[in-house]
Amino acid sequence: MIIVQNVTKRYPVRGGLRTVLNDVNLRVDPGEKVGILGRNGSGKSTLIRLIGGVEAPDAGTIHRGMRVSWPLALSGAFQPALTGLDNLRFICRIYGIPIEDKIPRVQEFSELGRYLYEPCKNYSSGMRSRLAFAVSMAVDFDCYLIDEITAVGDDRFRERCQKELFEKRADRSFIIVSHSPSYIRQRCDRTAVLLKGQLHHFSTVEEGLSFYREHSAQV
Amino acid sequence: MPQSATNPMPQGAAPWPGASLLESLRIQLRVIGALLMREILTRYGRHNIGFLWLFVQPMIFVLMITLVWTTVRLRHFDHMSIVAFAVTGYSSLMLWRNTASRCMNAVNPNKSLLYHRQVTVLDLFFARIILEVTAATMAFVFLVLIFWLVSAMPLPSDPLQVFVGWGMLAWFGLGLALVVGAAAHRFPTFEKVWRPVSFVLFLCSGVMFPVDSLPPRAIEILLWLPMVSGLEYLREGYFGPVITFHYDMLYMTGANLVLTIAGLLAVRSITRHGALA
Repeated sequence: MIIVQNVTKRYPVRGGLRTVLNDVNLRVDPGEKVGILGRNGSGKSTLIRLIGGVEAPDAGTIHRGMRVSWPLALSGAFQPALTGLDNLRFICRIYGIPIEDKIPRVQEFSELGRYLYEPCKNYSSGMRSRLAFAVSMAVDFDCYLIDEITAVGDDRFRERCQKELFEKRADRSFIIVSHSPSYIRQRCDRTAVLLKGQLHHFSTVEEGLSFYREHSAQV
Repeated sequence: MPQSATNPMPQGAAPWPGASLLESLRIQLRVIGALLMREILTRYGRHNIGFLWLFVQPMIFVLMITLVWTTVRLRHFDHMSIVAFAVTGYSSLMLWRNTASRCMNAVNPNKSLLYHRQVTVLDLFFARIILEVTAATMAFVFLVLIFWLVSAMPLPSDPLQVFVGWGMLAWFGLGLALVVGAAAHRFPTFEKVWRPVSFVLFLCSGVMFPVDSLPPRAIEILLWLPMVSGLEYLREGYFGPVITFHYDMLYMTGANLVLTIAGLLAVRSITRHGALA
């Protein structure tokens, strides 16, 4: 399970510190699918980065009791000058898993074709997210951190993600960040809404969605 | 309970829960290894001509220096091979100058790799330092062998002292690279300042002239630069006591220690502030 306890995160801005997350708590058990809603800049991606261990909280603790993926976000995780294949090799190396047998699977799922041998900086956002998904499935995680990345794919990619991720890996945990209520509604067991640095918890998806709707109208 | 629970610094933590200290160390070595492979790809490309440049560049320099000192005869070179003088000078310059300048832009191109929690800012620096030190060492060994084979220079008279001098210069390069790399990351204008500064340091470091040919007062001032000691010590090991070499290895050790600790602290502060933000 993942336990986020009393986590606070501040970033330096002009003229002081801005508190992005203020005393946030979250618990995710194995197999749970949690949707995190929030407007742009509400700290969703920051929370995901903290859970993923990319950054350290200023206060509080994060317990990662399972194999947590890196944040599957549009920016990051791939070195832009390297090819998709070299990035796959790099990730396999740092996770200590064999590379060669992963290549055909990544090739197939990412549908990148010859682009797998091109630098990642030449990829479209859809291509980048396909590669991110394909590679993250090659490593095998217990909990996937999904930061808006599914939003950019076309229907075909979304279908494949749905099948590979939410059907074949239905026993895994997911933390999904989105500002799309319909995406969260389809895939999550419960929701939490980030508002002014606070994380509000709701035991059903609909409660969270209506809270989000209510408050996203006001600033 | 897996132990990652109260770790306030997730950077550098094992990717999986329940990893021991030894396991974490193995993972860190694996990460640096993977980063090395990644750096080689963009530093030298997949084409071998990029790699060849590593040897061509110092050879041009050696030939130029040799030309200068063969024209301007200095009594110091009566018992000292000019080619060997240039080879020891330039490869030791690569050891600290290239290492430091390569670390100046170590974080930004690799920023996205920090999304993997086992990759830390320190790893990014270490990978580049290891690569540059290895490259300089290869260039040194290669140049010595080539010029020795064509009878242009002798082999070292005291290999152990050369080895120690080389190690001290590499250590200096490491400390300097951490400080310079962290400063350049923190202050974007640092890079503009560093270029002229490093050029002046190069001119003063005794790469191009025997330190002993300077007046005593100037030697005293130059010895404030730790790399002067390292190079002079290395050259004494290479040529034997044919002229007076000036060094203070105790001072250099202290300077290296201070640089290394300052560098590690600076890198830690980057990590704390979140290199991604």
